[in-house]
Amino acid sequence: MDAIILQILNGLDKGSAYALIALGLTLIFGTLGVVNFAHGALFMIGAFCAVTLSKILNLSFETVDPTQTDFLGNPLKVKTPYVMEWFGAETGAAIIDWAVPLAILFSIPIMIGIGFIMERGLIKHFYKREHADQILVTFGLAIVLQEVVKYFFGANPIPTGAPDVFKGSFDFGVMLGFDPNAIIYPYWRLVYFAFSAIIIGGVFAFLQFTTFGMVVRAGMADRETVGLLGINIDKRFTIMFGIAAAVAGLAGVMYAPINSPNYHMGMDFLVLSFVVVVVGGMGSLPGAVLAGFLLGVLESFASMNEIKSLIPGIDQIIIYVVAIIILLTRPRGLMGRKGVMEE
Amino acid sequence: MSKTNMTRRGVLKTGAVASAGVALPTIFTASSAAAYTNEPTGPNVTLGFNVPQTGPYADEGADELRAYELAVEHLNGGGDGGMMNTFSSKALQGNGIMGKKVDFVTGDTQTKSDAARASAKSMIEKDGAVMITGGSSSGVAIAVQGLCQEAGVIFMAGLTHSNDTTGKDKKANGFRHFFNGYMSGAALAPVLKNLYGTDRNAYHLTADYTWGWTQEESIAAATEALGWNTVNKVRTPLAATDFSSYIAPVLNSGADVLVLNHYGGNMVNSLTNAVQFGLREKIVNGKQFEIVVPLYSRLMAKGAGENVKGIHGSTNWHWSLQDDASKAFVKSFGTKYGFPPSQAAHTVYCQTLLYADACERAGTHNPCGVAEALEGFEFDGLGNGKTLYRAEDHQCFKDVLVVRGKENPTSEFDLLEVVEVTPASQVTYAPDHPMFAGGALGTCNAG
Repeated sequence: MDAIILQILNGLDKGSAYALIALGLTLIFGTLGVVNFAHGALFMIGAFCAVTLSKILNLSFETVDPTQTDFLGNPLKVKTPYVMEWFGAETGAAIIDWAVPLAILFSIPIMIGIGFIMERGLIKHFYKREHADQILVTFGLAIVLQEVVKYFFGANPIPTGAPDVFKGSFDFGVMLGFDPNAIIYPYWRLVYFAFSAIIIGGVFAFLQFTTFGMVVRAGMADRETVGLLGINIDKRFTIMFGIAAAVAGLAGVMYAPINSPNYHMGMDFLVLSFVVVVVGGMGSLPGAVLAGFLLGVLESFASMNEIKSLIPGIDQIIIYVVAIIILLTRPRGLMGRKGVMEE
Repeated sequence: MSKTNMTRRGVLKTGAVASAGVALPTIFTASSAAAYTNEPTGPNVTLGFNVPQTGPYADEGADELRAYELAVEHLNGGGDGGMMNTFSSKALQGNGIMGKKVDFVTGDTQTKSDAARASAKSMIEKDGAVMITGGSSSGVAIAVQGLCQEAGVIFMAGLTHSNDTTGKDKKANGFRHFFNGYMSGAALAPVLKNLYGTDRNAYHLTADYTWGWTQEESIAAATEALGWNTVNKVRTPLAATDFSSYIAPVLNSGADVLVLNHYGGNMVNSLTNAVQFGLREKIVNGKQFEIVVPLYSRLMAKGAGENVKGIHGSTNWHWSLQDDASKAFVKSFGTKYGFPPSQAAHTVYCQTLLYADACERAGTHNPCGVAEALEGFEFDGLGNGKTLYRAEDHQCFKDVLVVRGKENPTSEFDLLEVVEVTPASQVTYAPDHPMFAGGALGTCNAG
């Protein structure tokens, strides 16, 4: 039982990341009709916003300590971060410690800016082209972006820790009447789950309860008619692209302490997130979220030793098996609408 | 008016012979004009450095390339000479290899076997490389070693730790300086026994490919010989990034030691996840839970950050060693590049010098002559103490380092500390050891 609860928690946590990326993918597909294979790269750039802010906060000046030597035997140059010099050692250390949460604020304008540049500079030229062309150009863009990141940050993962207060694990076992330490779950992963819920709720509320959101939803349903009403739907869709980029970026920022960011992390998530969108139903926002959590939980269960001993290798194919079953029984996905990506 | 005696049969015959001649790869025809593949006839000799310049091991590859360039500089008489000054063999004079200036070409393996074979093939056929070296993955090394055997050139393996490289997949033209999974197990076992006792339950998470399998087998055998019980061996996909689903079952498995048979990004993520799940604070069976990472590298330790503190593993070499050779190499590399070399850089630098030295001693670049000079060669002064290139399997036998993630690093490079230097005699095994059985060295191929 404890193992099952742990895997449900794991699944919800994985599902959070899938759902956030898939939400952005669906948002772009639903509004602009573009299959954006560079969306995983936006997630990766978000994580590197956290890395960058952490590096900025750790910018240091050097002082020579003659009592110690470096690896070549020269006097050791000791680095002291500027923030510790400006704000005092304690406050400076606290600011550096909170680099990842601070990166949320840092990343939003950057991600929206990158979203605007991507949409205006490249993707808008492919609106009327085949989906295959869109996939090729956005996939190419993703490779360019990850190579740029690799050029500046290297190929190895870069550790980016959560604030000290979130280190350690929460003991669910004691709360549920199990032995201590039977069901423990890392605090930061719980924070990630809560954060995802807030972002997903925020996006839905924005689309549901604001005039802007209403126009966007109307545009998703019938772009032509909204245009005929004199509304500049293109401008709103561009803004939605920026918002979708920000959602992916925020998902990446908060993911940085879970697994050390590396330039390839976007690609690792992209394919799975695309499957999530298809299973959820192309263009369906609730479908993307539902499928994200569903596939996350199933993937976690498939990794259990008991399941793997019954069907070896199931952990690697479960998502695709489920996708095949769902698409065979519900060709438009779980919550897909009629007419989307259909002639 | 002239008359030509052309018949249909004659045209077909001539065409077939001509086509066969054109189609025959230059790799096989080269031997007809020269004594062996890519025999250097001009004033230069070309070496092929085949490393991952893109992909997940690109940082290891970049460090290997730096070391290769340094080795070439030293061979050609440039720089401070590095470990050429400490090397026990004095055949190298700083005038290239046998008086020929050393040139090099580079290839990108992308850490993919097919890409690695393609770039090695190109370096042999188009660039005339007389020796191929490199690799940051056992899958790649084994694939390229096979190609070099067919092509008739020497392969000096870089960072490859699978038992199979000099076990069932060994080749007469291939040589490995780096240690292997068996040696990691043999070196770690006594240290683990002293630290954690003989009554332990180990849970293995293993990267699902040749290196992971052989390391898992080696470590499990070594720890079971101590009296440890292996609770479970779980294979994880090489492409996995989040290991939480694999870590969670460890919590209540009854295991009190987690062995991570992972390398590179896999290791960084699995260790980070294990620490996040509080495994290091856990008390199981009345004992402190422990994590072991059998193959460590400084570049990986950097990726895992403070999670490596206090965790034990093994390594081929570390820059903090205080022997004259290691100090000379660190000084040479550090002065040129501004940071200390990794174990990947060290092993490829050694391999380049060992190849060049073998050519000098053999008096030829002929792979069969070079192989003969390397087989059974005993040397010192390259940072690992007394070392033997065993003739039976072309594996180097030398001391192995047991290291621990440093609790209080003084710099960004000071991440590991050497806790024990395990003597070569303790990690040596018989050539027909079951973990290395199944293949044959064969005979050397000169092309």
